[in-house]
Amino acid sequence: MKIFLNPFVFIALIAVTVNVMATPEEDKKTFQQFYSERFSNIDLDEFSNGVYALDKDARSQWEAMSDFPPYEDALEEGEELFNTPFENGNHYASCFQNDGQNIRQNYPLFDTQRNTVVTLELAINECRIHNNEQPLPYKKGDIAKISAYMASTSEGSATNVSIPDTKEALSAYQAGKQFFYTKHGQLNFSCANCHVQYAGRKARSETLSTALGQTTHFPVYRLKWEALGTLHRRFDSCLINIRATPLEAQSETYKNLEYFLSYMSNGLPINGPASRK
Amino acid sequence: MKKNTTPVAFILLALTATLLPGLLSATEMTGKEIAFDRSKGNCLACHAIEDGDMPGNIGPPLIVMKARFPDRAALKAQIWDATVKNPISIMPPFGKHEILNDTEIEKILDYLYTL
Ligand code: HEC
Ligand code: HEC
Repeated sequence: MKIFLNPFVFIALIAVTVNVMATPEEDKKTFQQFYSERFSNIDLDEFSNGVYALDKDARSQWEAMSDFPPYEDALEEGEELFNTPFENGNHYASCFQNDGQNIRQNYPLFDTQRNTVVTLELAINECRIHNNEQPLPYKKGDIAKISAYMASTSEGSATNVSIPDTKEALSAYQAGKQFFYTKHGQLNFSCANCHVQYAGRKARSETLSTALGQTTHFPVYRLKWEALGTLHRRFDSCLINIRATPLEAQSETYKNLEYFLSYMSNGLPINGPASRK
Repeated sequence: MKKNTTPVAFILLALTATLLPGLLSATEMTGKEIAFDRSKGNCLACHAIEDGDMPGNIGPPLIVMKARFPDRAALKAQIWDATVKNPISIMPPFGKHEILNDTEIEKILDYLYTL
């Protein structure tokens, strides 16, 4: 067992230490290579299916459920909401490139004017505010439905997050990366502990997914939530489990974490919304 | 008067029922119970242990402890703070982060030596 563990420790150490100074592109290559070597029988695109890429038993149940996905109604509502004009007559489409169709893969993006990461949910709310509407609560409800609809129009498009060549964009990326590899909470876990080092292993009966592909299918309908929730809501769940304090949705830290994680999945197909336990 | 005793007795019962497990936990739980309990050691999340239902497979199975850990202090050190030996260990530092108190860790040690 000891001998078996050593390569993990070694590889994870490389990821944590050596690559601190690597460019995002180099990071992404190492990151994706790590998983494709560890799971050499799994195609890269398959990681968009999260834990179901790894856990064959859970997968067949999940596939059976996909015939009548639990998010179907919410997705339809999302389309309706997206197409309903604001009080001033404008539509969500007016705020986005390509009328908001097939753009999920480009988010989050970095706004070089304001020097901050803009997630799709943030852009949706900024569109509302711009049109004199109240912003929506971020973690669930209408915003998740609208985001789910927008994701669905990107089905199959490759994740395409870009990092402009500016000091600020790079440091947003670095901050996200640092959060990912840093230990948090009373139980002292990093995200990488579970989703890199021990991806594919079981914590009790729960298989740990790869961090690669974790962003492609959000928002997610969790049976536990009985509703759609955004990626930032999912971050909360993992932080609470390790007895760390969850952060505000759309806080700089969560946005930067999403930026890093999404960049690591560049090239993987968008396949949201999805259902999970 | 008679009518009032029933609800009072009921509330008292309910109170003791909810408070007792909490009050007793530190002193009355066995080492095995502390090791298995999800809000205490939750060792089964990662380790296969005799009698343990649906263990995880993140850490090595906890077996033949006496032979493998003749030095009790070394075993305690692993539970107190696994990151001393392996800085990126996923195993929570139970003592250092006060997840378990010293009495609870000592009880777990006694239990581990029965495995
Ligand atoms: C103690 C282990 C553990 C830690 C630490 C942990 N997670 Fe998780 N995470 C899980 C488990 C278990 C699941 C549910 C199964 C799965 O999809 O991996 C999960 C699920 C997720 C999902 C949803 C995946 C999907 O396909 O829907 C995301 C996103 C995620 N974690 C991100 C994070 C981030 C970011 C961190 C650090 C802040 C983190 N996790 C820390 C155990 C952990
Ligand atoms: C989240 C995962 C996790 C939890 C929870 C956990 N451990 Fe561990 N444990 C590990 C890992 C991984 C190792 C391998 C060495 C290392 O990386 O520190 C380990 C190693 C050990 C070892 C050394 C075993 C050997 O054969 O070298 C002992 C003993 C141990 N753990 C006891 C416990 C006890 C007792 C508990 C509960 C109070 C516990 N562990 C909870 C993950 C965990």
